[in-house]
Amino acid sequence: MTQALSLLPPQLMTTPPLLTMTGVSRRYGDVVALQDVSALVYPGEVLGIVGESGSGKSTLLRMMNLEDTPDTGDYRLALPDLDGNLFGLDRFARRMLCATRIGIVYQNPHQGLLMQHTSSGNVAERLLIAGERSFANLRARGRTALEASEFPLDRMDARPIELSGGMQQRVQLAKAIALEPALLLLDEPTTGLDVSVQALVLDTLKRLQRDRAITMVIVSHDLGVIRTMADRVMVMRRGRVVEQGLSDQIFQDPQHEYTQQLVHAKL
Amino acid sequence: MSIAQLTKAWQPMSYGFLDASAKRELRRKMLKAIAVPGCQMPYASREVPMARGWGTGGLQVTLTLLKPSSVVKVIDQGADDSVNAASIRSFLSKVSGAAETWDTLDASLIQSRHRIPEERLHAGQILVLQVPNPEPLRPVEPNMSIARQMHADADYGRLWLILYEQIVRSGRIMEGAAYPSLVNGRHVMTPSPIPRWDVPKLHMAQHLTFLSAGREKRLYAVPPFTKVEPLVFSDVPFKVEDHGALTCHRSGVNGFYMNEIPQGDGGSAFELSDSHLGIKAIRQAEGEADQIGATWYQNGHLA
Amino acid sequence: MTPVLQVQNLCKHFEMHHLGQRLMAFDGISFALNAGEFLLLRGPNGVGKSTLLRTLYRSYLPRAGHIWYHTTEGRIDLARAADVDISLLRRREIGFVTQFLIARPRVAAEDIVAEPLRRAGVAAADALKEARRWLEEFGVKRDLWRAYPTTFSGGEQQKVNLARALILPQRLLLLDEPTASLDVGARAALVRRLGDLKAQGVAMIGVFHHPGDVADLIDRDIELTTSEVSEDVAL
Repeated sequence: MTQALSLLPPQLMTTPPLLTMTGVSRRYGDVVALQDVSALVYPGEVLGIVGESGSGKSTLLRMMNLEDTPDTGDYRLALPDLDGNLFGLDRFARRMLCATRIGIVYQNPHQGLLMQHTSSGNVAERLLIAGERSFANLRARGRTALEASEFPLDRMDARPIELSGGMQQRVQLAKAIALEPALLLLDEPTTGLDVSVQALVLDTLKRLQRDRAITMVIVSHDLGVIRTMADRVMVMRRGRVVEQGLSDQIFQDPQHEYTQQLVHAKL
Repeated sequence: MSIAQLTKAWQPMSYGFLDASAKRELRRKMLKAIAVPGCQMPYASREVPMARGWGTGGLQVTLTLLKPSSVVKVIDQGADDSVNAASIRSFLSKVSGAAETWDTLDASLIQSRHRIPEERLHAGQILVLQVPNPEPLRPVEPNMSIARQMHADADYGRLWLILYEQIVRSGRIMEGAAYPSLVNGRHVMTPSPIPRWDVPKLHMAQHLTFLSAGREKRLYAVPPFTKVEPLVFSDVPFKVEDHGALTCHRSGVNGFYMNEIPQGDGGSAFELSDSHLGIKAIRQAEGEADQIGATWYQNGHLA
Repeated sequence: MTPVLQVQNLCKHFEMHHLGQRLMAFDGISFALNAGEFLLLRGPNGVGKSTLLRTLYRSYLPRAGHIWYHTTEGRIDLARAADVDISLLRRREIGFVTQFLIARPRVAAEDIVAEPLRRAGVAAADALKEARRWLEEFGVKRDLWRAYPTTFSGGEQQKVNLARALILPQRLLLLDEPTASLDVGARAALVRRLGDLKAQGVAMIGVFHHPGDVADLIDRDIELTTSEVSEDVAL
């Protein structure tokens, strides 16, 4: 199989990448979850990571959220007061980083939300961890975040357990953006939702991304979601990156055999 | 060498009831507790002639601190004459030869269930509070191991969340007694079920306070001149019980924490919770030479 | 003459792994394009005109050759430029106009058209005003401006599409059958707009089903014949 032309390093883009991950490998016993994976995300970009089960995409996202550390690998974020390989951070620094500078939305809202607390409380918890101590501010900032996530404010004190799946994801989103993080990670954010609801949630995400220029990494097995959201796409298979490129190029001119299978398989 | 030279004479009981190794365990944990203010230190809680749930934790700390020159005061909800307080006090003097007192000003060791006396404690005094449940995170995280990790991580977000939701739901923070407080800017503790009225007395105090739970086997401490700050929002200030304007119907004293006594006609009479303060006031009025010391509250407000 | 684009020996084929085949698209294409020039691509259907445009835009990856694009800072080979550089150029300087609007569920037509201006830093109110001007110019009915294009007819969608694509002058514009499904009035508006942009120095390469529409704009043309397109080869 002849290769396409290999690409050069950036010449015009002078801003350094926000996220740089190099050489990340992780085994669980005999299972290779990630093998020498590297990723770059520039500020304001949306990187889509697509792959089937076992591709390692969710594992990679967990690494980006510092929920897991690899066997080898380097992870840097170009943020003020952050230096060096983030995988080496101590527990306290890691927790503060995740709580205040990275937002994450999980596929399963139970994982990302405190179901028995109020929706506004879920957002407030983030603010409290970051040191907000004014009740009035907690309410105001909570409202702002929920509004940006297009969550109906008249239900801001309802508990997530009482809400529909789409609403729960909006609460997760509000919680994730409450502290205006530089990086937003989304793991299958619309999987499991009704199709019409999916479209609405994606639309909210797109609007948010456009208005706030948040850098996002979205993991999904759903090509439609990736196609709608991503500027660049990384295709993963069995722990390795198989192909990466501009979103339209991956979908219109996939190079790798596996990518072609994926793209052509879309009904 | 004879047996007599190598050993001590048999005694029916150690000084202060607890044997030497028990006291060593307590001492070490108490020192550790002082070193990390507000942090719960697990300890090997001994059997004492009292059932769990009746103040065994406080008792073990007091027994460790006892010396022949100690003067002990024991109160239960502010009263020296409650059955339990009286039993504990007499036990303490029996096993140590220490003197007993009802007067806060004369005591060197004060063991208390659920109240702090109104007269200011000074540098030579130690307060020992009995604690039923030492874990302020229990409503948030019932699993002890996880709660312990949360303290280590200073992960108190969910505790704050509970307070936030109380305001959302009821317009105010509902915690009455045992108001969670941040000690030395680092660990959150429950100050035991003392009323909110008493919590400010722990802040930057001259005296040392121990808080000990025998059944739960944990103790913690507030060293002198240590910050104790109830968890409050900057715009929802900490409020104590509204007792500033109440008058004790027996002693005539006003501006201190009161017990409410329901009356036959449906109304209430109020009585000083710090009963010996009431006694001293009555005796003063009758011309006796009783001294009432400086108090934390004056005219119903924190001085 | 300010050169904008210099294509040298550009080759494209597709490797269809599941078919075990290589599909040839074009081979050895070279041309140059200056600012303000309009280049028409001609040739029979299926010969690869659209493929060439897409390859220039980097929706397709070329196999060999160079696409030298001249920026104010020097030249860059689009065939090998980093993805992130291509994104940058697409945002700032290189536009692609097709007949397929990627409609977003709940964004109003006027917001879709205003977006390139907003992204370029124009104030929201001004961007909106300009967007409405172009919607009017292309003949989109006023009461549709606040509506969602997903509900429009193909022709109306295409007008919104064009208004958006042409609102901010680019340096290089690639046009792939932009007049499809347009009514006469809209087609005229398009040609007028292209004329304006051309006068402002925008370089253009276009594939037009009816080249007669843009006859007055054409400076040169390239005929893609099957000689540039080789035989399909088994992998």
